[in-house]
Amino acid sequence: MKEVLLIGGMFAVTFGIRYALWGTAGRFRFPPWLSDALGFVPPAVLTAIIVPAVLIPDGRAIHAGLDNPYLIAAVASLAIALWRRNLLVTIVFGMTLFMVLKWGIGL
Amino acid sequence: MPPDAHFQPADSSPRQAAWAGARATLPLIVGAIPFGILFGTLAVPSGLSVGATLAMSLFVFAGSAQFIALGLLASGVGVGVIIATTFVVNLRHLLYAAALVERVKDLPQRWRIPMAFWLTDETFAAVSSRLLQEKADPYAHWFYLGSALAMYGNWQLCTWLGLGLGELFPDMTGWGLDFAMSVTFIGMVTPYLRSRPMWLCVVTAGAMALATWDLPHKLGLIVAALSGIALGYASHRLLQYKEVA
Repeated sequence: MKEVLLIGGMFAVTFGIRYALWGTAGRFRFPPWLSDALGFVPPAVLTAIIVPAVLIPDGRAIHAGLDNPYLIAAVASLAIALWRRNLLVTIVFGMTLFMVLKWGIGL
Repeated sequence: MPPDAHFQPADSSPRQAAWAGARATLPLIVGAIPFGILFGTLAVPSGLSVGATLAMSLFVFAGSAQFIALGLLASGVGVGVIIATTFVVNLRHLLYAAALVERVKDLPQRWRIPMAFWLTDETFAAVSSRLLQEKADPYAHWFYLGSALAMYGNWQLCTWLGLGLGELFPDMTGWGLDFAMSVTFIGMVTPYLRSRPMWLCVVTAGAMALATWDLPHKLGLIVAALSGIALGYASHRLLQYKEVA
């Protein structure tokens, strides 16, 4: 029952967002300020997910030291992403470095 | 702008247009494969049943929101908070819909409804260069359909595959595969980092996420995102104002 509610709710908000403008065939339009503000939504949300995942990997305390493989690999991946601007390169590099740090070096 | 009589689309039938759309989406599918497999792998250990995992990929079809839902489920957050977080995380699709509305608004509802359901980051990226042209393009929606079906089919397959792999290797969750989500998101955020307001937005969201991480129900995510949006937008307006003055 809880899962039906969860998936039904997630479906409703996701489809609602995707269909709102097309369903009304463009009769409803954003004021320019709102589309400007919406432009900040994806980076803000994604960053708010990344930072705790990387700095608090165990969900219990902040690990800001050099013994945290999530943190080191994330900082290096960010540098590669800014340099190469290529999503696939960033993902492959980040995962490889993380695996080396965690399993090769045993951080 | 009147339709250009000389414009000849590369395809001359709905079927050809759909294939072209699927082909245009291939590079993005390559990126989505590990993401989808990881979702299937992490779902059951996060507390979702096998049926609910498949249903989520079938009916919600939103990669990052599905991942976040798993993270929230694993930390014991309530359904209401997960749905509210899904809303905030998926708001970006409003932008994609707004960009494509001119191309879509004259189609019948039997097209608009499934097209909206299948609107993802990847399909938007694959179709926007063709669909944002102002030329007449009778098969544009078939091109979109091809892209959407390729993404959707791949997402279902990867969910299945991940569920199976997770069952074969139950200790996979301790391998640190969760870092795949972090690094994917890092790769998705960096293209935005081309202006000072965007940097301010991201730094604010990150700092606030750390400052609020122990709030109940993971509310820190929403507080941090809203703070980043507010400061980013405020500085954007300030810069505009300075340019005008």
